[in-house]
Amino acid sequence: MQTFGQQLINGLSLGSIYALLALGYTMVYGIIKLINFAHGDIYMLGAFWGYYVINGLHFNFILTLLSAMIFCAIIGVLIEYFAYRPLRNSPRITALITAIGVSFLLENGMTYLFSANARSFPQVLPTITYHVLGLRISNIQLIILGTACLLMILLELVIKQTKMGKAMRAVAVDPQAAQLVGINLNHTISFTFALGSAMAGAAGVLIGLYYNSIDPLMGMTPGIKAFVAAVIGGIGSVPGASLGGFLTGLLETGVQAIGLSAYKDAVVYFVLIVILLVLPAGIFGKKLKEKV
Amino acid sequence: MTSPLLNAQQLVKNFGGLTAVANVSVHFNQNELVGLIGPNDAGKTTLFNLLTGETPVTSGAITLSTDQGVQSLTGKRPTAIAQAGLSRTFQNIRLFKTLSVLDNVRIAMTNHYHDGFFSSIFRTPKYYQTEAAMTTAAQELLAFFNLTDVANQPAKNLPYGTQRRLEIVRALATKPKILFLDEPAAGMNPEETADLTRLIRQIQHDFHITVVLIEHDMSLVMSVVERLYVLNHGALLAEGTPSEIQQNPAVIKAYLGGEPSC
Amino acid sequence: MKANLKYNLAWLALMVAVFVLIDACEFFGIINSFIENMLVTIGINIILATGLNLIIGFSGQFSLGHAGFMAIGAYATGIITQNIATPLGFYLSMVVGIAIAMVAALIVGIPTLRLHGDYLAIATMGAAEIIRILINNFKITNGAAGLFNIPPLVTWATVYVLMCLTTIMTVNFIHSRRGRAVMAVREDEIAAEAMGINTTRWKLVAFVFGAGTAAIGGSLHAAYIQTIAPGDFNIMASIAILIIVVLGGVGSITGTFVAAIVLGALDTILQNFGTLRMIIYSLALILIMIFKPAGLLGNWEFSFKRLSQSRKKATVHD
Repeated sequence: MQTFGQQLINGLSLGSIYALLALGYTMVYGIIKLINFAHGDIYMLGAFWGYYVINGLHFNFILTLLSAMIFCAIIGVLIEYFAYRPLRNSPRITALITAIGVSFLLENGMTYLFSANARSFPQVLPTITYHVLGLRISNIQLIILGTACLLMILLELVIKQTKMGKAMRAVAVDPQAAQLVGINLNHTISFTFALGSAMAGAAGVLIGLYYNSIDPLMGMTPGIKAFVAAVIGGIGSVPGASLGGFLTGLLETGVQAIGLSAYKDAVVYFVLIVILLVLPAGIFGKKLKEKV
Repeated sequence: MTSPLLNAQQLVKNFGGLTAVANVSVHFNQNELVGLIGPNDAGKTTLFNLLTGETPVTSGAITLSTDQGVQSLTGKRPTAIAQAGLSRTFQNIRLFKTLSVLDNVRIAMTNHYHDGFFSSIFRTPKYYQTEAAMTTAAQELLAFFNLTDVANQPAKNLPYGTQRRLEIVRALATKPKILFLDEPAAGMNPEETADLTRLIRQIQHDFHITVVLIEHDMSLVMSVVERLYVLNHGALLAEGTPSEIQQNPAVIKAYLGGEPSC
Repeated sequence: MKANLKYNLAWLALMVAVFVLIDACEFFGIINSFIENMLVTIGINIILATGLNLIIGFSGQFSLGHAGFMAIGAYATGIITQNIATPLGFYLSMVVGIAIAMVAALIVGIPTLRLHGDYLAIATMGAAEIIRILINNFKITNGAAGLFNIPPLVTWATVYVLMCLTTIMTVNFIHSRRGRAVMAVREDEIAAEAMGINTTRWKLVAFVFGAGTAAIGGSLHAAYIQTIAPGDFNIMASIAILIIVVLGGVGSITGTFVAAIVLGALDTILQNFGTLRMIIYSLALILIMIFKPAGLLGNWEFSFKRLSQSRKKATVHD
């Protein structure tokens, strides 16, 4: 029971990182049907931004988090503007390859500028470990979980309550019709990239705090896992991405806890395939059948 | 009279709470030309989809009676139903767009020719024989429908009326026993419609098959079919010869809206 | 029949000519081991990408798991040739690899090929990762360390001949009754079913065929490079093959050849740029996609038949 509780906490912390990343994938996919392969690398950029502003400018946690979110939002918008916008009417597989190209560019560009070595993330907050009911919970874990949940609620409010959020949902359903009712497609897509990338930036700072170590290739694997999480939850669905993220995190720590850590990714992928076979559009995804 | 070629008994289709087809029984005889009419949303296309397996029935039974015996088609996949001898066209044309006209027809013949896997990937004489036989058969069919000139064009480049014609040719290439045509005259000009009328008669006559068509063009339907089914709100309203239907008060009320018959 | 023979002979002549050319260059020392390595890599990439193009470009199924099947071929060769270090052992290992890869493709394909588009991509990616993780944990595959000292049973000539063979088989497949059925599935599944085409079956045929050729590529890779590790067959490896397919033009085998050669050459040239190499590579990738969204060749295909026909037409016009 105790290990179960412990794994639950570890899983939720990891899961909230995946969830934050998955949100970016799901929003971008929902709106332009693109698997934004570079999303994991934006998360890496967020972590590096955190590293430099904490070390160089002695920012505190809140300021680091906010500035990383703004920085990543700008990067996301720029990437969309330069790399994806020219391809909006091209075959989707072309845009996918471009996204992979952007991912390679960010990874290798960062390696070129800052070397491939891992560096330790400055501890902007002192780690305090609480012992509750025999469980070890660190303040970092609580902050990760709290920040992630807060951001997800904020995101949900933005999407549901604001004008821009309504525009996003309209474009996701039918871009042409949305334009006909006066929605600016370019602004809406830029806004979506900004929101998604800001989430990734926050996740980057949080993971830096959690794992203490960052490097230019750190976005690759979590990026793919977060995409898997988004698909599990039902790509295009915001609550789905959160659920998928937590599920993936819990699954991974669970498998690790029963001593199968070598197979943890295999189990995640296996569950992904099984879920897709039962629910071909993920847990919260809408299945569209072609009309004859 | 012998038993009908295709017999559908008490077909029901519910989409959620909506009943699209309610307890409809229809039958089609050998070499018969039957029309299926009804106002918009009467369930005509849904009935086609049920008969060709595109949409699974909620309840009911479909049987095909041929020389080889009686065969149930209920619950079968479209592929199996097509192989059993039911072929169709689509309301919103579904050609293999980027492939050539010839390939569109040859694809429909896939199941009628057999060359071994190794013979085709190593191009043994058997491969060339099969290809030649398929191509000849397809070209004969295209010639019959005046499509020889466009045989090597991608299907998407054809004019609208020609695309509809190609869809019929493709359906015929599967060697069907019954051909279902879903609004073949939709979007055609009067001249093309007149050609189509001739074509449908010719198909029934030359290919000795049953033709069932959904059509809104009343002059086409009334002039070409032998028997009609009228659907309204998913239920069968009437059945009979064109002249019987034209005088049926229920049909006039529900469908023709009391207008004088055309 | 006679005309067909003419075109087939033209292709044969082209293949022999390229072989003789490479052989002559080897003989006169124009090709050093560095260039030879590049040529072999290009050849193996052509085998891999042609198979993936069959799956993506012709059957229209988006697979992101090609490296998984490549891994099966590579490990079959690695394990078997370490025990039977003869050319016969190599070919045996290749056949075993193809067989296992095809069975694996059946197991993966039967459930997942019901999925569409990106869902299929992510499911096949997952399946390939599962294959890789299994290899990473098995004893017989030597875990994460991989296999070393695989006997060098493959020369550039073997790769060249097998590249020609798999391409011929794939192209012949595409231009047959089966290939057309596969393309019908890509064009319109609902219409294909209504024409009696068993879409599930033809998707599976293309997928399994592609997996078989991927295993051939894997076998050649293992025997030529002599060292393999599970990390060589990760998602990035699948993506590298996908890039060749898309860059050349989805649905164009000629394009696959061009893209594999261009990328192979680019990679070799960029070796001199050190760490800047991958930055230039990724920029080139982005720019080609933006300015050539349908790939270098779109779906254009080189054909001796068309060449001779257009020449005939030209003479008639004169």
